[in-house]
Amino acid sequence: MKHLLSTADLSRDEAVLILDTAAQMAATQERAIKKLPTLRGRTVVNLFYEDSTRTRISFETAAKRLSADVINFSAKGSSVSKGESLKDTALTLQAMGADAVVIRHPASGAPHTLATSGWTQGAVLNAGDGTHQHPTQALLDAYTMRRHLVGEGGTADVTGRDLTGLRVAIVGDVLHSRVARSNVDLLHTLGAEVTLVAPPTLLPVGIGPWPCRVSYDLDAVITDERPDAIMMLRVQRERMSSAGGGFFPSAVEYTRRYGLDGRRMARLPEHAIVMHPGPMNRGLEISATAADSPRAVIVEQVANGVAVRMAALYLLLAQETPGTTLQEDAR
Amino acid sequence: MSSGPAAPAQPSEAPDPAGSATTATEVLGPHEIARALTRIAHEILERNKGAADLVLLGIPTRGLPLAHRLAARLAEVEPTVDPAALVGSLDITMYRDDLRHHPTRTIGATVLPPGGIDGRVVVLVDDVLFSGRTIRAALDALNDLGRPRAVQLAALVDRGHRELPIRPDFVGKNLPTSTTERVRVLLTETDGTDAVLIDGGAR
Repeated sequence: MKHLLSTADLSRDEAVLILDTAAQMAATQERAIKKLPTLRGRTVVNLFYEDSTRTRISFETAAKRLSADVINFSAKGSSVSKGESLKDTALTLQAMGADAVVIRHPASGAPHTLATSGWTQGAVLNAGDGTHQHPTQALLDAYTMRRHLVGEGGTADVTGRDLTGLRVAIVGDVLHSRVARSNVDLLHTLGAEVTLVAPPTLLPVGIGPWPCRVSYDLDAVITDERPDAIMMLRVQRERMSSAGGGFFPSAVEYTRRYGLDGRRMARLPEHAIVMHPGPMNRGLEISATAADSPRAVIVEQVANGVAVRMAALYLLLAQETPGTTLQEDAR
Repeated sequence: MSSGPAAPAQPSEAPDPAGSATTATEVLGPHEIARALTRIAHEILERNKGAADLVLLGIPTRGLPLAHRLAARLAEVEPTVDPAALVGSLDITMYRDDLRHHPTRTIGATVLPPGGIDGRVVVLVDDVLFSGRTIRAALDALNDLGRPRAVQLAALVDRGHRELPIRPDFVGKNLPTSTTERVRVLLTETDGTDAVLIDGGAR
């Protein structure tokens, strides 16, 4: 692995390795001293062209816990607002010696361009690009599911295990969601069965070949498929025009058909967990009852995000780099 | 950790007692290993005047089963000792100074015994003592985990060629080697058999 651009690139073994590494990273985060010297002297640049709170803070925390130097760059208030291109920004960062670039960009494919163009030598980590991919989010979701749902509800050792046999329902705005795309690819690779639930208007064209089932009826999915995990997606109103933007008649109607409330919660299997990538629109796709219930693992997802991102940074950065191989390798 | 030139250092290098292509010489067999461990166990008790406040931390991969074996022997001599409460595992991967020079290493588990390590005597247990860099990393890792009263070092084999001012307190066997030779420790728990092999090198 040189870059982390898309969960579709990950093999089952690579994905399980990231989850196993994340488990060890999570163990170190329970100690009094959480900082590890592993990436001392390395520089990680957070290059954010889109607003983000938790992803940027999560990557920053992960890099700092591994002792890397972190440079935060947000497009607002930088040369980008003066019209600087991605290429020139990347060349600038390269000149400053970035070992890894964490990039979030509104254009799908921007991280891929950065990784393959030769503008930067460092590893590229996709922190969300347009409506394409958000691999670390999917990895932290898979990590959270494995913790709760594999190995007798989290009591047995789950090292090396995938998500074979788990049923996951992903509900809501699939059309605008890079989280849904990343999760469909990754969960399929890990052996879980995914069902996407959304109104037809919020499903992308060409969903046919995706490795998942599709339904328009949340109640039927809860009854028939008995999902082990239900993931509510945020309705991305900033990517729509006013109100529902023609995607659905009204917010109330969306909530009634696709929102997770106490009534639907009660019909989920006993052990099922409720997930949300955040930030939540309380009262729209998820009710306060569901969001604050003990079965919601939404806050834990954030904590697991740090461990998963530490694992990704470790696996991409703590390895052989060109020109540093020892002559006579003693150990 | 295992030692030797260009070893990926993970279990893949393991079960090959015959030492396929090169000539492997068996330096210690199962009986010698058992005797050495029994002696080390007694030396640990003698040095520390009993097993009170002792913690054995094995360094994965092969230091950990050695630590368990030492704990079992300590419990035989001192019946009050609970071997399970004595042993922990200390993974040092993230403290290594050579991470940049190798392919990515898998991170092992760090598990401390229930009582922690603060104020106790920690005995680090590893299979082969070579450059001393693993132990340097282990000392850094310990520093982040707590403040032991003292730290001691037990190694099954000391093959020399230290690159740091580190010395073992308890040694199974001193093994003079050349740097081109490779020392491999095989243990029943990880490799199906007990042996210390030496192979390669110009002789």
